[in-house]
Amino acid sequence: MNHQTQPSAVNFAQDADGIVTLTLDMPGRSMNVLNPELTGPFAEALKRIESDAGIKGVIITSGKKEFLAGADIEGIFAMKEPAAAYRLAEEYKGFLRRIELCGRPVVAALNGTALGGGLEMAMACHYRIAIDNPKAKFGLPEVKLGLLPGGGGTQRLPRLIGIQASLPLMLEGKELRPDQAKQQGILNELVKDRDELLARAKAWCLANPKPVQPWDDKKFKWPGGDSKSPANAQMWAIAPSMADAKSYGNYPALTNIMSCVFEGGIVDFDTGCRVESRYFADLVVSQVSKNMIGSLWFQLNAINKGKSRPEGFDKSTVKKLGILGAGMMGAGIAYVSAKAGMDVVLLDTSQEAAEKGKSYSAGLLDKAIKKGRETAAGKSALLERIRATTEFKDLEGCDLVIEAVFEDRAIKADVTKKTEAVIPSTAVFASNTSTLPITGMAQASVRPDQFIGLHFFSPVDKMPLVEIIVGAKTSKATLAKGFDYVQQIKKTPIVVNDSRGFYTSRAFATYIMEGMALLLDGQHPRSIEMAGLQAGMPVGPLALHDEVSLSLSMHVMEQTRKDFAAEGRAYVGHPGEAVMVKMAKELDRPGKKAGKGFYEYPANGQKSIWPELTRHFPLSKQQMSQQEMMERLMFAQANEAARCYEEKVVMTVADANIGSIFGWGFAPHQGGALQYINAYGVARFVKRAEELAAKYGPRFKPAAVLLDMAGSGKTFA
Amino acid sequence: MTEAFVFDAVRTPRGKGKKDGSLHEVTPVHLLGTLFHALQERNHLDTTQVDDVVLGCVTPVGEQGADIARTAVLYAGWAENVPGVTQSRFCASGLESVNLAAMKVMSGQEDLVVAGGVESMSRWAMGSDGGAWAMDPRVNHQLGFAPQGIGADLIATLEGFSRDDVDGFAVRSQQRAAKARDAGHFRKSVVPVKDLNGMTVLDHDEYIRPDTTVDGLSTLKPSFEQMGQMGFDATALRKYTTIEKINHVHHAGNSSGIVDGASLTLIGSRDKGKALGLKPRGRIRSVAVVGSEPTIMLTGIAPAAQKALKKAGMNVKDIDLFEINEAFAAVVLKAVRALDIDLDRVNVNGGAIALGHPLGATGAMILGTALDELERSNKSTALISLCVGAGMGIATIIERV
Repeated sequence: MNHQTQPSAVNFAQDADGIVTLTLDMPGRSMNVLNPELTGPFAEALKRIESDAGIKGVIITSGKKEFLAGADIEGIFAMKEPAAAYRLAEEYKGFLRRIELCGRPVVAALNGTALGGGLEMAMACHYRIAIDNPKAKFGLPEVKLGLLPGGGGTQRLPRLIGIQASLPLMLEGKELRPDQAKQQGILNELVKDRDELLARAKAWCLANPKPVQPWDDKKFKWPGGDSKSPANAQMWAIAPSMADAKSYGNYPALTNIMSCVFEGGIVDFDTGCRVESRYFADLVVSQVSKNMIGSLWFQLNAINKGKSRPEGFDKSTVKKLGILGAGMMGAGIAYVSAKAGMDVVLLDTSQEAAEKGKSYSAGLLDKAIKKGRETAAGKSALLERIRATTEFKDLEGCDLVIEAVFEDRAIKADVTKKTEAVIPSTAVFASNTSTLPITGMAQASVRPDQFIGLHFFSPVDKMPLVEIIVGAKTSKATLAKGFDYVQQIKKTPIVVNDSRGFYTSRAFATYIMEGMALLLDGQHPRSIEMAGLQAGMPVGPLALHDEVSLSLSMHVMEQTRKDFAAEGRAYVGHPGEAVMVKMAKELDRPGKKAGKGFYEYPANGQKSIWPELTRHFPLSKQQMSQQEMMERLMFAQANEAARCYEEKVVMTVADANIGSIFGWGFAPHQGGALQYINAYGVARFVKRAEELAAKYGPRFKPAAVLLDMAGSGKTFA
Repeated sequence: MTEAFVFDAVRTPRGKGKKDGSLHEVTPVHLLGTLFHALQERNHLDTTQVDDVVLGCVTPVGEQGADIARTAVLYAGWAENVPGVTQSRFCASGLESVNLAAMKVMSGQEDLVVAGGVESMSRWAMGSDGGAWAMDPRVNHQLGFAPQGIGADLIATLEGFSRDDVDGFAVRSQQRAAKARDAGHFRKSVVPVKDLNGMTVLDHDEYIRPDTTVDGLSTLKPSFEQMGQMGFDATALRKYTTIEKINHVHHAGNSSGIVDGASLTLIGSRDKGKALGLKPRGRIRSVAVVGSEPTIMLTGIAPAAQKALKKAGMNVKDIDLFEINEAFAAVVLKAVRALDIDLDRVNVNGGAIALGHPLGATGAMILGTALDELERSNKSTALISLCVGAGMGIATIIERV
């Protein structure tokens, strides 16, 4: 009975028993998403169901691999008026309400992943059956983009599984496997394949001709009690503190989600839905959601689609990878590469050191086995792919070799030569240096066009970014290969040009340097740390410096000074350097590894700020506001990122923003280091930077590119 | 401006605020009824002459709800023309009643007002009335809600009060309260609570533990450490950025006791007193309330005291006795430090750590205690002050007549 002349996003098929199967199958898309292309035909189908008494039941399923991914992010990102966002949420909820009140059984036959609006649609159905495929995900991840489930999710989920069980799912955006979702009470039934899925769905329809949603039942009782129950009242008192302890109050979505659930637990379902729409609208137009969607959705997707990869080169894969140096970095690279299925040769100067590097993988795998995420067989298979050696000849046949040896030009030059003597002429040689210019190092290579920088972050198995550094002679083909390798190990690549500290190390350094400058200015060390955390950084600048070690910073500074002298350039130091020199040299407190830095590190206890610190850096009578310190810390980084963009060290806004968030943990709610400036307002940023420069020194002078942009009203796009 | 005088102050004994407390079997309205009868009898009061009854009650739910002031007036058989209002300024409610009554009289609009409060903490648990401050996540987040104990421990941390300091103060409170009770210093105000048969249920403050020692207290676990670690400490530390962690020193033994009780005072103008044959015992010199930072919550005493002193044209040296509510030991120690006063003039008959703190009633109770002590020790001026939830402070200065 399908009259449509062109393919519709919703396929309507009615069988002899009066059971209609609505198959969501948007033409020209690999995934179903909630946009007018889908909701339009869906509304028509709904009308038809409502007006045809011959229809005895409805099955909603998908013609794609997944069920329904969620909302139309583009549409939401473009919205600037809260009233429009409110209407959007109300309209979608209107559909869903009609599903559950249509008087016929409606079953969600979940053939794959249902996230966000997809799961909200499923929860509006009377019964949910899913194929038990461990790769399918169920959840409400809106919070990760600064939003909340605006399709009734904050009302149905807690009424389905209880307030306390529902909150973590929405506040953390957890995605569940089918078995977990069933255990939590979100799914009613699991089946093995699509045939069984549709058969069970039909059987349920026939067996339950007049189902009523729990919340529409007059005798409805909240599982675990509503918001007024004493246990929940107690939970509500501490829930904001628990959320803020991690978020530092920077994520309005957390508060709005809690408000939806809290108030929803006091009022009736339909009122709760309207409350939800109001809080949803508030988030849609919020700067934080614009920041997060812009960077963590659009820019990240663009990067992953290869925006910074040169065109015209076939996708390459690394089958055999060589790693020089089995230290912390080399060992981590070996693990992620073997995990991606590559054969890995892990080379060090002694067999013992090489084996130690390999044992790092064994340790990680043991942990994964304990958590049920790996099997013993998987472990041995992975370890078999890693060969620990001292012999350069074992590198024969490698597609790519990454050196992660000591940061010393002579050593690096030596291993480059030894490697190139055995590897194929087509192989790429990469350096994992974080500080030494690639172009200079490539001089040791016989094939400088096949020499590239792959800057990993520690710990490699956890950090999602790799900074690809293009030297003066690096070819586009080499860049494409490097890019493909980074994607092969499932990390996010950003591409930068060769420059001192590249992009991430250079901009990141301004954060720890500014922290030290604040200490020099007599600010309370704990207040400095708190300012960093309140600004959205994952760790305070002093603690972070302890982590990376002051001796490493000293080494970089000394090298830079030497290089400047050799080049005949004047070196302008950062005021924070004085603190670093005093700490590392005079006071012998080089950082966490040594057990002493800005903090003390007791063997069996939490670190605490070294009590002597304020004796060596006395507190000023003028303690700045937290806001002032936060701006110093953030302006330092954002301004440096802008300089990098201006100097074409980093070439795209996407790379700059994603590199800042994934590389050094720049406040995600700000959307990255350049988006910080957009959100602040470029002209306003320039004015404030000039104020800071007048007060604290010329390092705050706004990057020239910002002056141009402010003048012409441009933003980073 | 008309002057406001205190003619009388009565209170019930304070009963342990648990199932095994003596007053758990007594309704809150009966606690008040007992005091209304006593006030009437002691002062041969023609109740038709009372313009209003102002009562504090912090958890006005259940049998304490629905304006217990008016209910109690009628229950006690006072004249129908006597109205009643119930208010809450959290822990200061009892003193707030006194201050409102005083201001009613001072304004000349009313001439004779009963002020006091009631709290049956054993029957209606603290916090059971909810409130957006704690339970609405949006408000909670915006205000930086943390329970009072976190604020008390934060004060101790910021001021450097050790566990020994606060435990030492608690022992002092116990010793002074026991001594005062045994010497009969509370006898003037305490009205025994009797049942409907006239049988005595409780005639003395039963919460006091005279044998308390610092050693004994040292075995008690800090009460707020666990909830602090769950997230409340982090909320406090975001506002108090110079400390890395909170030293949790408070526990049941150095915090105010949870008890049941009620209090009433009779306040009026000199003329009204003369007309009714009432003898003025004290004059209310000034009253004050302030708001303070809500997360630490308990630092309002000194600013409220300063405000009241300024209004009265006095300074701390002019005050003979201080009654500072012992919500937590650190609160009093901090107030003493902030006001730069001698601890010997503070809570000379002990305080809420030993005697208990029936939230809505305490303020009027300790005003009565101060007045009794001024008379007993032949002194002239007293300042009564309490810290208040959500960051407030209250103070009242009285002068013996």
